[in-house]
Amino acid sequence: MNLLRRVLGRLSESCRDLLPIVFVIAFFQLVVLKQPIPRLAQLLGGLAMVIAGLTFFVRGLEMGLFPIGESMAHSLARKGSLFWLIVFAFSLGFGTTVAEPALIAIADEASGVAAGAGVIANNPDAMENYALGLRLTVALAVGVSLVIGVWRILKGWPIHFLIAGGYLLVVIITALAPREIIGIAYDSGGVTTSTITVPLVAALGVGLASSIKGRNPIVDGFGLIAFASLTPMIFVMIYGMLF
Amino acid sequence: MLSGFLEVFLETIRDVFPIATILVVFQFVILRRRPPNPRAIAIGFGYVLVGLTLFLLGLQHALFPVGRLMAEQLTHPELLGTAEAALAADWHDYGWVYAFAFSIGFSTTIAEPALIAVAIKASELSAGSVSAWGLRIAVAIGVAIGITLGVFRIVIGAPIHWFIVVGYVVVVIQTMFAPRSIVPIAYDSGGVTTSTVTVPIVTALGLGLAETIPGRNPLIDGFGLIAFASLFPIMAVMAYSQITGRRNGNEEKTQPEPGGKSAIDSNNTGVQK
Repeated sequence: MNLLRRVLGRLSESCRDLLPIVFVIAFFQLVVLKQPIPRLAQLLGGLAMVIAGLTFFVRGLEMGLFPIGESMAHSLARKGSLFWLIVFAFSLGFGTTVAEPALIAIADEASGVAAGAGVIANNPDAMENYALGLRLTVALAVGVSLVIGVWRILKGWPIHFLIAGGYLLVVIITALAPREIIGIAYDSGGVTTSTITVPLVAALGVGLASSIKGRNPIVDGFGLIAFASLTPMIFVMIYGMLF
Repeated sequence: MLSGFLEVFLETIRDVFPIATILVVFQFVILRRRPPNPRAIAIGFGYVLVGLTLFLLGLQHALFPVGRLMAEQLTHPELLGTAEAALAADWHDYGWVYAFAFSIGFSTTIAEPALIAVAIKASELSAGSVSAWGLRIAVAIGVAIGITLGVFRIVIGAPIHWFIVVGYVVVVIQTMFAPRSIVPIAYDSGGVTTSTVTVPIVTALGLGLAETIPGRNPLIDGFGLIAFASLFPIMAVMAYSQITGRRNGNEEKTQPEPGGKSAIDSNNTGVQK
């Protein structure tokens, strides 16, 4: 009975999260475009799946992703080995990004743009190399960003200087980078943080900040994701300048 | 339907595989100890996999096609009158497009799973002084404003750097005045808004607009909405904390350690600004 109530409670939360989308689609379709909603049955079925999926996902976050992220951060901090902490941060960033589907799509597109602009030779081989190079660059950038972020938590540096400095760097490099790469660089910052990476990275930062004496989890624990969306812009523009 | 489920499920497993490998290697090879509650964690991972699969499948089969169709119809010349009217259309003739950009930006952000995760963590740690729901609404309003402005930029055809650079300057100024504890969360929320739900629909809107409006190049003008959607939530979250901070200012003074968890005195002076 209790379990049933909990499940229903979560389901209703997911419904509430989806309600705005349903309302927007219905309003624009019926009132503005004045057309019936196409394939209504399929839409409702899909909506039910989205609601069930969101419910499972949030439960899984609380049971699996948050605890493992935090417990690993705690144990790595207790082990006291800076080396392994840095290796962990880097491999988490690099490993989750290099296989990211959104990034693969953007890299392929970018190689097409570069070939069209005459930056690289217009043949499949050169384009594939370019796309792979771009993916490795972004993955390297995310790995480095988590290392910087973890280092910041250890040292307790305030975040705004690093972020403001980073953005200043973005502005300066934007002025120097070739025009074709700028849009791709800006977009690659946004695609690096996938739905599974974000909770893990957040738990890593918070776990680390709460296991180090003198760090406040709220002030020092957050910010890793911000670094992970900033450094790819810089790295990709540099990549565009070199190749 | 079942084969569709299996296909997406396998894709999700493939995405999770590198992460799971890293976690397992570090847990058992380097730390050499079992995590607490391994069974609950395994079940939790199972839930995440199933949940994400159902979520993506539902989006692909139902919401994305409708969202894309609507974005196309709204940017279609017919809604603006005749084809000639579209050629002569001024920026203020796109009223419904702005309204759609705003409301779709808001509503997709509310449903964004990564944002839910960060909001849960933030409210848990701040012991309720940052409410999960309040944070999500602030971020959603930020995305809505950002995408509306991004659409406006596509319509008037201004270069993207101006907007972004001015936006960063505003963020830097706000950072100086915002309570210290909200700054990292604000920066993080810029990165999480643009994932599973928002990107496909918003990209369709941008590309549809760039194709319809004469003189725009889809490759140059169609992208870049994402950059707007990551910048404005940062401003919105800092503004939100400044508003609620002022309202709760007196209550917080009587309870200097709301979290009770290593809230250092030097930090509290920043919070009570």
